[in-house]
Amino acid sequence: MPTKIEKDALTGRETTGHEWDGLKELNTPLPSWWLYTFYATIAFSVLWMILYPALPLPGATGLTGWTARGALSGELEAARARTEPMMARLRAATPEQIAADPELRAFALAGGRIAFANHCAACHGAGGQGARGGYPNLADDDWLWGGDLAAIHATIRHGIRNQDSEEARMSIMPRFLADGTLTMAQIHDVAEYVLSLSGRATQPAMAARGEGIYAENCASCHGERGEGNQEIGAPRLNDRIWLHGSDRAAIAAYIANPVLGVMPAFGQRLDPAVVNMLTVYVHALGGGR
Amino acid sequence: MSHIGTAGSGPTESLYATRQKVYPRAVSGRVRRIKWAVLVLLLGLYYLLPWIRWDRGPGAPDQAVLVDMVHRRLYFFWIELWPQEVYFLTGILVFCAIALFAVTSLAGRLWCGFACPQTVWTDLFMWVERLIQGDRNARMKLDREPWSARKVKLKAATHAAWVAIAAATGGAWIMYFNDAPTVTWQILTGQASLTVYGFFGLFTLTTYLLAGWAREQVCTYMCPWPRFQGAMLDDQSLVVTYRAWRGEPRGKLKAEGVGDCVDCGACVHVCPTGIDIRDGQQLECIGCGLCVDACNEVMRKLDRPQGLIAFETLANLAASTAATRGMPPSPARFEAGMAARRPPRLIRPRTLMYAGVLTAVAVAMLAALLLRDTLTLSVLRDRAPLYVVLSDGGVRNAYTVKLANKTRQVEAYALLAEGIPGAAVSVQNAPVDAEGRPLVTTRPDGLTEWRVLVSAPPAAPLRPSQPITFRLLGPDGRPAASASSVFLAPGP
Repeated sequence: MPTKIEKDALTGRETTGHEWDGLKELNTPLPSWWLYTFYATIAFSVLWMILYPALPLPGATGLTGWTARGALSGELEAARARTEPMMARLRAATPEQIAADPELRAFALAGGRIAFANHCAACHGAGGQGARGGYPNLADDDWLWGGDLAAIHATIRHGIRNQDSEEARMSIMPRFLADGTLTMAQIHDVAEYVLSLSGRATQPAMAARGEGIYAENCASCHGERGEGNQEIGAPRLNDRIWLHGSDRAAIAAYIANPVLGVMPAFGQRLDPAVVNMLTVYVHALGGGR
Repeated sequence: MSHIGTAGSGPTESLYATRQKVYPRAVSGRVRRIKWAVLVLLLGLYYLLPWIRWDRGPGAPDQAVLVDMVHRRLYFFWIELWPQEVYFLTGILVFCAIALFAVTSLAGRLWCGFACPQTVWTDLFMWVERLIQGDRNARMKLDREPWSARKVKLKAATHAAWVAIAAATGGAWIMYFNDAPTVTWQILTGQASLTVYGFFGLFTLTTYLLAGWAREQVCTYMCPWPRFQGAMLDDQSLVVTYRAWRGEPRGKLKAEGVGDCVDCGACVHVCPTGIDIRDGQQLECIGCGLCVDACNEVMRKLDRPQGLIAFETLANLAASTAATRGMPPSPARFEAGMAARRPPRLIRPRTLMYAGVLTAVAVAMLAALLLRDTLTLSVLRDRAPLYVVLSDGGVRNAYTVKLANKTRQVEAYALLAEGIPGAAVSVQNAPVDAEGRPLVTTRPDGLTEWRVLVSAPPAAPLRPSQPITFRLLGPDGRPAASASSVFLAPGP
């Protein structure tokens, strides 16, 4: 391979000295504007590394002190400052006052929707549709602990059956089989009777046997006719809404070994304004009283 | 275009042709007068339209023509369009495109030569240039001169005037998107937004560059229209042509046996794109007809019949050429050539088709505009939950109902849902009328949104999905709008 630099006769340019099958490659240098742009980008990157956090080392923040986290928290702070006047009004008002004021209500519904998705939807589902396994539907007209604004507010604030709040809603249903109170046959009888409260019993003999057991063991909390008691979170048994399944087997299984629902005390986690927004939002889902 | 290198030339010859600067001479005549009138009319429209006021009542902008980006409204005198009605704009664009085709097939490049913004602003800039630096010869001389105080003064004055016109042009553009008096004051006092200054600068710059510097190169190299407008032209379309059959052989005034063309070069000197019309049909020719004026002026002085260069159809040109073939230059040749001409046929399949499409688009858009709803109801069904079973066994669905009111009047409408026997309709935070139906109200020129709950009684015969129709009843009990959706229920 020849190494002598030679000039191409036709163009007057130098060749690279490489030759393949009689074809010689011209040595065409990079355009100077391209080279200088390239050098400029190198200078830029050095300057960038000095000014901005570019090295993957702890504490390497660069001279400007800029960080992505700092930029984000600045933006969050600005957003918080922007909504603060409205949040202050929401904090000061009661849920009833918020629901009555069109401006506050609109803000609470919009903010409540986001807060609900963040804090509530994991259990209660998007739109409050509930979930199997004891997560109540919040959009229907049946309430365990009351469905007016004050009751919803208290439930969100203090939660249910938790250790966090002194005022958490507390109640218990005995484990009738595990505690030895009832036999499985008796439990099936009382389950059939419970079905009869909403007119769905198919075994009159079983239901008749269960009536006495119900009066003795269940009526004190769930009421004579299964009307429930929101004071102690005892569900209505004479309607069509079932939290843990609506057939006899599911009802019997629950009587035998109930799984009691729990809910955190959100008053200790969230801004009172957010609790108020959630209250108004949940109330407006469709079931509010 | 003789400078474009050919494929066979060596690598040392550049394929790039440097622009030959064009120095159009001033010209007067009928076409020039029409061009001035069109220029004044179009520029007047452009600059003054945003300043026309149009009272729309309180809370609405009082500018007759306004594209309100922030509030997403387009105002045109009595018409007010919402973003979802942008198809009216599309319709206007389609209409304009077809109209352009139709006009081109009838009368040639009227758009390019008279109405195109590039032509109009270039014309204005050339007028300014001529006013400051003098006519063709003076400008050519000035450009050849070495730099002097006088040259700097003249050039600076020209460019200053151009920039001023360009700024007014960019400023006027901004006014179509903002309240004209307000934004003018803001621009002048430095209070306008970066967006306003950005677009102001952009349109100032493009006007200055396109009309001051690029000029005919826009038409020749940048614009797609000259490339395909040939498809609209046929031999019955009017185009600017040189009647070679009476002009040739061209020669000096006193020479023997020559045609009407005295080869004075007037047509070339006035041409804004720097071509010679006597070379025949050319892509660069924008059909402005200034060469017609220039030649007529010369013919008038020589006491020869006008129209050596004229707006003429190619069919007539061919007929005249055929009729005068072999005839020596003489008044008889002129008579024979002119006698062979026929009036252009205006009604041709091409023009009929354009007229038909044009009428169809116009009628469709007009009908759409006249029949457009000023109140629309849209219904969006809740997806989570799909349905709610109530404690009595009934089923409830929730919907988000939106009322778009395109007028400035506010009205309350009774909302009812049809399709589910015995269903109850309720709207949170809405009053009810005497019959217990929820009353939803509109906002002036805006949307109102309502959450509507429809509950079917336990006994209702429900399938998993059934159609439901929402209706709005006006105060007079007349149906105002309707929208359909579905009502979902658990399986039987």
